[in-house]
Amino acid sequence: MKEMTYAEAIRAAMSEEMRRDPDVIFMGEDIGLYGGAFGVSVGMFEEFGPDRVRDTPISEAVIAGAAAGAAVTGMRPIAELMFMDFSTIAMDSLVNQAAKMRYMFGGKAKVPMVLRCPAGSGTGAAAQHSQSLEAWFCHVPGLKVVTPSTPADAKGLLKAAIRDDNPVVFVEQKLLYRQKGMVPEEDDFILEIGKADIKREGSDVTVVVYGRMLQRALEAAEIVAKEGIDVEVVDPMTLVPLDKETIINSVKKTGRAIVVNEAVKTGGYAGEIAAVIAESDAFDYLDAPVLRLAGKDVPIPYNPDLEKAVVPSVNEIADAIRTVMNR
Amino acid sequence: MSIKKSDFKEMYKRMNEARAFEEKVSYFFARGMIHGTTHLSVGQEASAVGACMALKSDDLITSTHRGHSQVIGKGIDLNKMMAELLGKQTGYCKGKGGSMHIADVDAGNLGANGVVGGGHGIAVCAAITQKLKKTGKIVLCFFGDGAANEGSFHEALNLASVWKLPVIFYCENNLYGMSTPISKHMNIKDIYKRAEAYGIPGYAIDGNNAVEVFNKVEEVAKYVREGNGPVLIESKTYRWLGHSKSDANVYRTKEEIESWKEKDPILALEKYLVGEGLFTEAALKKVKQQAYDDIEAAVQYANESPNPPIESLLEDVYA
Repeated sequence: MKEMTYAEAIRAAMSEEMRRDPDVIFMGEDIGLYGGAFGVSVGMFEEFGPDRVRDTPISEAVIAGAAAGAAVTGMRPIAELMFMDFSTIAMDSLVNQAAKMRYMFGGKAKVPMVLRCPAGSGTGAAAQHSQSLEAWFCHVPGLKVVTPSTPADAKGLLKAAIRDDNPVVFVEQKLLYRQKGMVPEEDDFILEIGKADIKREGSDVTVVVYGRMLQRALEAAEIVAKEGIDVEVVDPMTLVPLDKETIINSVKKTGRAIVVNEAVKTGGYAGEIAAVIAESDAFDYLDAPVLRLAGKDVPIPYNPDLEKAVVPSVNEIADAIRTVMNR
Repeated sequence: MSIKKSDFKEMYKRMNEARAFEEKVSYFFARGMIHGTTHLSVGQEASAVGACMALKSDDLITSTHRGHSQVIGKGIDLNKMMAELLGKQTGYCKGKGGSMHIADVDAGNLGANGVVGGGHGIAVCAAITQKLKKTGKIVLCFFGDGAANEGSFHEALNLASVWKLPVIFYCENNLYGMSTPISKHMNIKDIYKRAEAYGIPGYAIDGNNAVEVFNKVEEVAKYVREGNGPVLIESKTYRWLGHSKSDANVYRTKEEIESWKEKDPILALEKYLVGEGLFTEAALKKVKQQAYDDIEAAVQYANESPNPPIESLLEDVYA
């Protein structure tokens, strides 16, 4: 184990896979000498050279389309979008092309590509550089959607995503890039895509949470622990395919569920997870309504106080926990 | 010109297969025997088949919604193709793709595309694969005049030119984006001139002249294969039939359509082959008959094939 940041863990995952497999290539805007807008790929250009670490023009549609084209012909491309917000420009390539090829061609193609998307608010970058758009991609069969919340998860899941034979949308949290954590160094450290992780065991309330909100949920759990409430925190880690079993079993154990995500509430993935709980046999175990805590239904504002108010806070999560406990 | 007599025969046969295929599909649609929609390429056979014949058999193509002639030109199993049109389990895509998504990835056909301009990005990085793996193969990206106005056209030509990728951007300008004439969708008459904006060669060819198409694509393929970067070719042609099955052709005159039928690419090739003394009329008639017979056999194969089982609905979403 080695202490590294979330960004370093992502770089380590990419570099290890590129050393292992010559078919893995990496492309995006300013990822070469510059090292990427967030410094994630610093040093990779020097190690792997311009053939495998490819600076692209500012052309998101063709970056994603190109990744699909390279993937279907035998490469394993990793493409970085500078901000997840720019996935809107790449939508056709992802939604109509990459996601559909296998099914539409009768199972005769595979599209092993990873689209890395730095997401989330909190950087003061306002409405067009702060969104959490993961639910859009969850709505498209053929794509997998992965949302790591810690450095170790980022490394293990990215390596799995690169080795996966499907297009994977890899949602990275910009605010976590500098967060440190202990990360396994072994080359074969792989986390299974589609497997949730219980980040904190508890018996009273299940909080299902992913991405940047995980840390807040864990802090809220510690606060209410002092009030005698024992919270279980489940991190799905992968949104598609979703590890329903782990979530449902946890809710059956605790009888209460809160789902937290940073993305806007309406049409967000928290709603999907809440529905999964509601239509499962965990319903019979519920002692309170399933709550969603999510971003406000507004574009991300610039003003720092407003920006903070958009996404669920530690206190709001703690309050929601008290609410379902009737306290 | 390195085209051989046997190539001419194959080219003539594939053009006739394409024509016969479209005539058959048109017949089926008129009688409600195929559901969905289709975009027929009658009149564009020289443009599509001539280009594909000039490639090596393991080169790659991306095809379009009007792609039947293109994939037949690339050399395809007509049985599997007709079965796909009829939605059968034995089709190229097990009945899940249909007319707009005929693909044969292993054979270098990276798929027809229902999205105008959708093939640009795919072609570009299929070319990266060839360059990095040093396969010596090139990619020919089919698209239409309408797609030349999509943002992906610009992004793809720009990227491919910067990275010197082995791609031929092959625009089949059939003068209409659905119902809109090019005079109303672009401010220039010649799409090939856009190549200059990317610092790459651009050429216009008579897309109804199979020999001219073959020669130019062969020459360009050699240039591209040598690592000189992409080239834009504009193949000027015309579709005889409507955009899709629901098109009443109200946006163009009968006279215009008739004038293009006089430039029938198949008849033109026949005249050339007989005039040059390469084949007799009787010999060509035999080839044509074989093409029509093959289409009939494909129809029989497709009709006798099973529908995909309902259980296959959820298969192949993920690898």
